[in-house]
Amino acid sequence: MTIEEYLYYVILPILAISVLLVFCRFVIGPSIADRVVALDLLITIGITLIAIYSIVYDQSTFLDIAMILGLIAFLSTVAFSYYLEKRNRKKREKQRRDD
Amino acid sequence: MTNILIIILSSLGAIFILLAAIGFVRMPDAYLRISVTTKAVTLGVGLILASAAIYFDDLSVTSRVLAIILFIILTSPVGAHLIGRASYFSGNKMWEKSITDELDGKYQPNSHRLSSGEEFEDEDEKRKKKIKERDLL
Repeated sequence: MTIEEYLYYVILPILAISVLLVFCRFVIGPSIADRVVALDLLITIGITLIAIYSIVYDQSTFLDIAMILGLIAFLSTVAFSYYLEKRNRKKREKQRRDD
Repeated sequence: MTNILIIILSSLGAIFILLAAIGFVRMPDAYLRISVTTKAVTLGVGLILASAAIYFDDLSVTSRVLAIILFIILTSPVGAHLIGRASYFSGNKMWEKSITDELDGKYQPNSHRLSSGEEFEDEDEKRKKKIKERDLL
């Protein structure tokens, strides 16, 4: 069994199962924070999938895309949390004005 | 030799990511879920990227991998703190068996500023207190 076969038939299925589990939480997650964290986690597992594929197909240029995905994951988490906080503040101010 | 090292590193990374995913589904509370994902997944991603660096054995790939690992280690705690803060403000309940909530009443509800809880008194009350102290002296 070569190293490529090991990665292809053992590591990739484990990562696929974990992607499925995270996607379950993404669908059922009760609050919006759970969904944002699940999205972040899906992208982070995507980085590892890209790394494994770059080993299997011997293409080191795939790692550039992994770097960009990491950037996008951080940016999306920050943007989501910023707008969540802003929305809460607006809602609370409106409640206060109504009282 | 390098093959054995790659197998060990990638298996450990995959196991950590699988455990993080199971914990992400099983944990009872949004804050516990956030804590699971930041630690275990960061370790797993670092291990698998290190195995890629060992496989290619090239300076440009190694520096790229080190840049990705450094970036993830820097950003994942920041992102987790931001999203935890936002979910605390949106009134997300903690697990009913959790013992204590140390932030209870320490965030100013409108400006979202953190403090020890003593400086929220009205300015008038502070002034009255000062006058009283002066009178006592």
